[in-house]
Amino acid sequence: MRFLDDQALERLRGVCDAPDLAGTRYELRELLGRGGMGAVFRVYDRELEREAALKVLDDLGAAVELDEARLLAKLEHPGIVPVHDAGTLPDGRAYFVMKLVRGARLDAWAKTASLSQLLRAFQKICEAVAFAHNRAIVHRDLKPSNVMVGEFGEVLTLDWGIAQVAHAATDVAGTPRYMAPEQARGEADARSDVYSLGAMLREVLPANPPAPVRSICVKAMSEEPQQRYGGAMELYEDLARFLDRERVTAHPEDAYEKTLRLAGNHRVLVGLVLAYLVMRAVLIVWKFG
Amino acid sequence: MAEFPSTRRSVLFATRSEDSAERRLGYERLIGDYWKPVYKYVRIKWRADEDEAQDLTQGFFARAMEKHFFDSFDPSKAAFRTFLRTCLDGFVQNQRKAASRLKRGGGLAPVSLDFESAEGELRIQPVSPDADPEQFFHREWLRGVMAASVEELKAHCDERGKPLHFALFSRYDLDREEGVSYEALGREFGLTAVTVTNHLAWVRREFRRIVRERTSE
Repeated sequence: MRFLDDQALERLRGVCDAPDLAGTRYELRELLGRGGMGAVFRVYDRELEREAALKVLDDLGAAVELDEARLLAKLEHPGIVPVHDAGTLPDGRAYFVMKLVRGARLDAWAKTASLSQLLRAFQKICEAVAFAHNRAIVHRDLKPSNVMVGEFGEVLTLDWGIAQVAHAATDVAGTPRYMAPEQARGEADARSDVYSLGAMLREVLPANPPAPVRSICVKAMSEEPQQRYGGAMELYEDLARFLDRERVTAHPEDAYEKTLRLAGNHRVLVGLVLAYLVMRAVLIVWKFG
Repeated sequence: MAEFPSTRRSVLFATRSEDSAERRLGYERLIGDYWKPVYKYVRIKWRADEDEAQDLTQGFFARAMEKHFFDSFDPSKAAFRTFLRTCLDGFVQNQRKAASRLKRGGGLAPVSLDFESAEGELRIQPVSPDADPEQFFHREWLRGVMAASVEELKAHCDERGKPLHFALFSRYDLDREEGVSYEALGREFGLTAVTVTNHLAWVRREFRRIVRERTSE
């Protein structure tokens, strides 16, 4: 038996990953990436004459849960990359077809963004996740590589391939680094996504972020689900408070922080008072000097 | 690295068979798939020299056959390769504790294994000292599965009178040179690029089927 070096092994893995699209409306173009659950390919949709992203799930034995695919297809939200199509390959692997998003991954984009730009983008992720939660769907694999910032500044959460109806999410799936403790035990619900949001935010933040933002991450990533935000929108609102220079619920501020924050909120008034005091001081010095 | 399907279940069922011939065949197949990853893993993770690694590899499989190690495997808890690696770690630990030479298993002659080829492979593809043992074991297992599947594909193509298909697969997917294209392959083999595309599509489909059959049912 011949020895396969690493290069040959990788090429053969590519051959095995590549979906057999005979009998479908899609033509294979290239491998876009490979993750824990499967590989994503750029494909060409012959019927609609456009490119799309096709994800093939790794588990050869998995049959597509069409009900679930239909459920996911109903997630029509500007911040969610929708599932256009789903099916089963001749080898039994399940696939999903999604919009092909052009842009940068959140973690790459975050390196060039200001803190306020980053937090506003993150709020859009929270909105999309909250939208899914309102329909009882949990994502279960939120991580920076599953969020794209598009060419027009749109923020899109993708890869809903392992999302599940909240009460049905009992198997262990996801990425350990961003996974809530209860999700690792197979008990994922909406608060597990909140944990992943916190882990994701912590990762894309610049070094030494403001204390209130750090506290938001800590609260979102509490070990106990009850200690976290009640939902993605609560996390959104705390980020909004920080951006609006209001008190962040996750952060018990001291007198110094409160003074700084209030001074920041009333910069014109503080400026006028300071100017007045300086003028008074100058007058006093001039009169008695 | 993405997950890859585990060992096909029929092999595991065979190792639990009442029929001793079937059981033996099951073990032979399982040993064929796993002995190289086991040997290399023992060499790398347990830093065993060649002689000790050979003894441990032979002894592990002999003991597994004798004591029915693999009967307690539960597919709902872990992949078989993870289970096997855990058994192996325990076995090596115990052997080292006992500090004695390995006892060969219950009347079953150890399977003849070509350790020299495994050593040669370790020399060709050196292992980073920082390599994660789990990933290393998985990769070596995958290497074995793929190599066996390539052999099977070649035989399959020969049987079907399609050696040209295998030759194209071999040139493009196994030993690809920098910048080689379907057009260049077509010129080399006297085919059009479309024919190369179609032949490769067929042979790759067959390869996927063979790998799938070897890894999952």
